[in-house]
Amino acid sequence: MAQNVLAVELAGIWKRFPGVIANSDINLKVTAGTVHAIVGENGAGKSTLMKILYGMQKADEGTISINGSELIFSSPSDAIDAGIGMVHQHFMLADNFTVLENIVLGSEPKSGGKLDFAKARQQISDIAAENGLAVDPDILVSELGVGDRQRIEILKVLYRGAKILILDEPTAVLVPHEVDELFNTLRDLKKEGLTVIFISHKLDEVLSIADEITVIRQGTTVGSVNPHTQQVSARDLAEMMVGNELPTPQSVGDTIRDEVVLKVENLSVFAKGGKAIVDDISFQIRAGEILGIAGVEGNGQAEILDALMGIEAATGTVHFKTEDISKKSTRHRRELGIGFIPEDRQRQALLMEAPLWENRMLGHQTREPNSKGFLLNPRGAKADTKRIVKEYDVRTPSIDVLASALSGGNQQKLIVGREMSGDPKLLIAAHPTRGVDVGAQAAIWDHIRNARQAGLAVLLVSADLDELIGLSDTLKVLLRGKFVADADPATVTPQELGTAMTGAGKAA
Amino acid sequence: MNLRRIGTSLLAPAIGLFISLAATAVILIVIGASVSTVFSSMWNYGTSPRAMSLMLNLATTYFLSALAVSIGFKMNLFNIGVNGQYVLGALAGAVVASNLTLPTIASLTITLLVAMVVGAAWAGIAAWLKVARGVSEVISTIMLNFIAIGIISYIIVRTSVGTETSLNVRGTKLIPESGMLRGVALLDPGTPIYGFFFISIVIGIAYWFLLNRTRFGFDLRATGKSATAARTSGVQSNRMIIVTMLLSGAVAGLVGLPYLLGETGTYSLQFPTDWGFTGIAIALLGRNNPLGIALGAILWAFLDISSGQLILEGVPREISTIMQGLIVIVVVISYEIVRRNQVKSEQTSVAKALTKQEAKV
Repeated sequence: MAQNVLAVELAGIWKRFPGVIANSDINLKVTAGTVHAIVGENGAGKSTLMKILYGMQKADEGTISINGSELIFSSPSDAIDAGIGMVHQHFMLADNFTVLENIVLGSEPKSGGKLDFAKARQQISDIAAENGLAVDPDILVSELGVGDRQRIEILKVLYRGAKILILDEPTAVLVPHEVDELFNTLRDLKKEGLTVIFISHKLDEVLSIADEITVIRQGTTVGSVNPHTQQVSARDLAEMMVGNELPTPQSVGDTIRDEVVLKVENLSVFAKGGKAIVDDISFQIRAGEILGIAGVEGNGQAEILDALMGIEAATGTVHFKTEDISKKSTRHRRELGIGFIPEDRQRQALLMEAPLWENRMLGHQTREPNSKGFLLNPRGAKADTKRIVKEYDVRTPSIDVLASALSGGNQQKLIVGREMSGDPKLLIAAHPTRGVDVGAQAAIWDHIRNARQAGLAVLLVSADLDELIGLSDTLKVLLRGKFVADADPATVTPQELGTAMTGAGKAA
Repeated sequence: MNLRRIGTSLLAPAIGLFISLAATAVILIVIGASVSTVFSSMWNYGTSPRAMSLMLNLATTYFLSALAVSIGFKMNLFNIGVNGQYVLGALAGAVVASNLTLPTIASLTITLLVAMVVGAAWAGIAAWLKVARGVSEVISTIMLNFIAIGIISYIIVRTSVGTETSLNVRGTKLIPESGMLRGVALLDPGTPIYGFFFISIVIGIAYWFLLNRTRFGFDLRATGKSATAARTSGVQSNRMIIVTMLLSGAVAGLVGLPYLLGETGTYSLQFPTDWGFTGIAIALLGRNNPLGIALGAILWAFLDISSGQLILEGVPREISTIMQGLIVIVVVISYEIVRRNQVKSEQTSVAKALTKQEAKV
């Protein structure tokens, strides 16, 4: 690509949401006819940036230039008119339509008020031939696999005349050979002079396909590299993504006892299509031990937790102490003394339109102080809610307010307090301090550490690497549903952990 | 905080009533009737001892029907099949009671149980279809309504269960007086208030207790508020669907009994078959709260009973049906508006209270 035409230039993009700055001073230059990767951790601001480029959200500040001319997008149709196409991570196809119908849906060719399928068919087969996207136009989408569906999404975008394609985490749903096929397609598109913007956090893949890589960290662009001309490793990229902050040193006292509290053997969870989201994993946690699972979100963490709680169907065996609980109900597992802090607190852990004291009962409705036999004990629940509010510093004027009236951090404190109640033997926790302020975070850590001292076993999933390293006795790295590495929390750095999480190499 | 909540929950129906009365007044003006005469004549008749007795009797039926619907509503389960469940329950109750020669208490107990079991079983079909086959209970219960009516017609017309009761009407054999629950003449000497009126008060209290004071009730309400959170808390959703549907059907099975045991003594082809739909409207009005449902049932029955008065004023009696419809729509909308405002105002008041606390510290 000798000509140095910029297909896309973003300059000084800012985007603020109430309480959060999603993008701050983003600068991005994408050369025409290249594959340009944008990498960054979850929550780094990649999605917001792409939504701005695709006209779904408006930047507070900054300019967007396409092929050298400055444009203002107020809706995706403006972006489409400018030749930008978006291939979403979650496909938007009608299952009961054919490939052809899906591609023309929304921009149907008409002649005299009737659909002109012959013309559409011709156009589509031309586009498909040019770009090496072989698909049968008359097959129903419901009969196609994930890789084919993605090709249709790409065709759909090309049919609308896109010259600049945005692919949002396109490999997240693909198996390895499908990834190879996708990359071949992208190389063909590049040959045809199209520009591809490729969003990902899988560094090995990015290095194999991208002509240029821009790294985003905490909402801002921290640098660009050209893997063809510069020596750059996945590890270098990971360091750029994670930054150079070192973890706050924490004393790791040895509290691990001999008794195995949780033993998991050959656990697998399958998606609807049969793809293994959790792939044959085994591990155990002893009393007084905190096992941390590091991994980029969406690599199977939520499914492991749900499977351990009996919410999601899984294969393999799970032992709690000596009891095989693989087939036991969620309620039985909770009654054994397993506390659970799920990933999505508002959907899974709270009744938003119920008062705090009723939320205190949730998940513990069969136990003291919330009930006696078949009868509820509102008085006991209320008294204990007051205790939690006090001990965990839940900021609320009363325990009668609805859960929805609390801020996210205070909701989280209530949940942590609840799950630590009733002397649990095992705590399964996802992001226990997500959204809470720094002071409360330290308090929650102390609660967990004290309980560990008393013999609590903890399975900890967190996106906060400092939290993982600081709390865990043992660390495992999860990638695509498998444990790919072990790390020693005493010596590992967040950079090393971040590198391992993206599949770029082994942690220390 | 709690006082405020009670205030806001009374606000919605008050707004609803006011707006629908105003709208009715407009309609009356449009058709050229005198608003004050119509309203005052409805009120005067509706508050007479006889009309009030009729009203409480009808309200008893409506109350049970709405209670049956609202058990499902509480967990977002839509039992549209109360009609089918109660006609079958009433028929079964009528057949059993007419063949019993036992003391009243024993006979009534058996009749009630039979009606409840039959209603529950009919609802159970829909529950099973939903759990095992994923069939929406809305569709299946509506279909089961038609099937129930068909079965009943067949039984009464074609089998020996049906006999000529009176004046060319086929129905079940008359229930002996020992099996009836006539009631007591409290307000008007000629119009007793059904014994079932008192039974339904007990059922209403039991409903409240079940929902608010038992673990089962908590699981049910939790499922209604957030199915995913309930599941994570250990509620088995399929089991909940079945148990709730059976309970709803059991209460539905009783809906025809006040009238059967207090009035007709026979299940004939003239037995009303659409009280279930009235129950849905009243459950919405009463917001699935037994006290609210009781008030809604009385209001509804008042409009039904006093609508006869409209004809005397030269106004079509359908006006009262229009009023009922208006009330439901307006009340449902104002509930939603009030609820949203409540959530918002609670958020702001919590935020305010906290900033004040912080300021003190």
